[in-house]
Amino acid sequence: MARGLRRGMTLADARAICPDLATRPADLAREATALATLRRWTGRYAPMVGTDGVDGLIADISGVSHLFGGEVELREDLQARMDRAGLATVTAIAGTRGAAHALARHGGGIVADGSLAIGIGHLPVTALRVDHDTAEALARMGLSRISDLIPLPRAPLARRFGQGLVLRLDQALGAQAEPVAAEPDPPHFGVRMTLPEPIGLQSDVMAGLARLLERLCAKLTLHRMGARRVRFELRRVDSGSAVVEIGLARPMRDPIRIAALFAKGVDEIDSGFGIDGLRLSAPLTEAMAPEQVTGQIGDGPTIRHEDALADLLSSIGNRIGFDRVQRLLPATSLIPERSFLIAPAAYSSPEPIPQRSGPGRPITLFPPEPVTAASGTPPANFRWRRMRFTTLRATGPERITPEWWFDDPAWRSGLRDYWRIDTQEGPRLWLFVTPQTQDWYMQGEFA
Amino acid sequence: MRPESVPGDPFSLLRKRVHEAEGRGRRAFALFQAARHPGPLVWILPSHAPEMPMLRGLPRGVGERLHLIRPVGETDLLWCVEEALRADPVSLVIAEPQKPLALTVGRRLQLAAEAGRTSGLMLIRQEAGSNATETRWNCEPLPATAADSTLQRWSLNKNKNGTLAHWTVNWNGTSAAFHMVSEARERHEPAEPPH
Repeated sequence: MARGLRRGMTLADARAICPDLATRPADLAREATALATLRRWTGRYAPMVGTDGVDGLIADISGVSHLFGGEVELREDLQARMDRAGLATVTAIAGTRGAAHALARHGGGIVADGSLAIGIGHLPVTALRVDHDTAEALARMGLSRISDLIPLPRAPLARRFGQGLVLRLDQALGAQAEPVAAEPDPPHFGVRMTLPEPIGLQSDVMAGLARLLERLCAKLTLHRMGARRVRFELRRVDSGSAVVEIGLARPMRDPIRIAALFAKGVDEIDSGFGIDGLRLSAPLTEAMAPEQVTGQIGDGPTIRHEDALADLLSSIGNRIGFDRVQRLLPATSLIPERSFLIAPAAYSSPEPIPQRSGPGRPITLFPPEPVTAASGTPPANFRWRRMRFTTLRATGPERITPEWWFDDPAWRSGLRDYWRIDTQEGPRLWLFVTPQTQDWYMQGEFA
Repeated sequence: MRPESVPGDPFSLLRKRVHEAEGRGRRAFALFQAARHPGPLVWILPSHAPEMPMLRGLPRGVGERLHLIRPVGETDLLWCVEEALRADPVSLVIAEPQKPLALTVGRRLQLAAEAGRTSGLMLIRQEAGSNATETRWNCEPLPATAADSTLQRWSLNKNKNGTLAHWTVNWNGTSAAFHMVSEARERHEPAEPPH
């Protein structure tokens, strides 16, 4: 900044001024997350904190500053904490939102009550949150400071520069109200329970869990969300803790069915000298529209089929891992290995399989295995997996060329000619030959 | 009282029981059975198994309903089989255990199948079955003289609830329909003494 760099400069200009400049691409999503975190923290100073643009926070500290000993002390306290956290911030306190915004972006400070026009008069007109065109037009007229605008008659100003400038000026000077609205916090799906006496029995823990689940699911229902992961934390009296976490094969908010999935995890908990605190949260949630419930809840046979299947996939996924519960999805590639996708069943839904056409495909597919002692094209006899086969009938070849836009190591050997070979021994096999090298490989077996 | 299998169709597996299939053609037999069972299908195979069902080669209507479960280790595999058999909505559980099934294991699976009203089909290696199985099929592909026929020899080697037999079937691998080539049966009644 000291050498003349400013925001909005092109990189080439900045490099020309400052050749040893360290640059990094902006990560807007992470910046927004950091700002949201900072906004939550700033809640310690004021009840109403909102974001102000992409790089600012605005807090309404009316009636708050005396708790910190005054406005000066409040600002010093804030600055000290920010410095300790390693954040370079500029802060300003003013009677209106517009004035605070302007001052914070031009050096910071405190404007005393009743002296707004003097306090921000020396600032350039760009501090008024006006757009670039207006600012340029003002500069052309020789109006560069806010104090130049204040004595001017309003009507010509509005006619020449638009209503926006007058509005911004009024807001900065307090003639127009501009409240600070706190943003709604995203709903937090967590509930807890503190027990007066420690508990140790499994049935007691499950009873506590059932109560917590009821509250959590009510909250989920209110926000029309369903849990994908549920985390159950237990605090022991010796300040140790145990955690049970389960995943769900599809978003769910049915307390009874979620409780059933916790049974195994709760069984393995070491309660030590007893558990006196329970905490249940849903770290991962998904939108889930309300559904019509048919029959009575908690009645065995009325649980619908999909729900029962989802329960099965949840319980299997929780033991062996959700990535091991899979589903086959069609893909458009002609390459046998990529003609279908293997997707985790919990995060995909079945897709209709397009009508097949062209040559038949085997029922099982495996990575290519070399075929030895192949004679001729197609081979009259060959050995595979230490078995000898004699060709009865060969159908082919079907030539498949590699997809050049993917670099697949298995297809580096170039195009392949696929043959279906019915053997005299019985098996109907799917072989291919790479014409460049005349090597035979086995890749599948027909019904 | 067990429900009897449909007369006239020798290949319908008795419901609520676990069956076994061995031989080279056991996967084809499993897919044939999968096409005949409406409802969700579960295929449990070990994670290191190289052979995967190929979606485009499966019989019509099977691919959408199929769930693949690929656990690591035999204990997890058997646990998955039992859990899937115990689940009500699944219609057929196909599993490929790697080790010979002990009698206890076979018995547990039968109980799970009864509890869940689900059929099971274990694709076992030769001589790796358990005595608790309801039926055991030996499935071998046969060479066919006609160009478009895919012959299978399905022999019923063990049957707790009926007679043994073997069939030669022409099943083309796309639908639940099959064509019986010839019907033959091992004689289980004593031969008539010559007069």
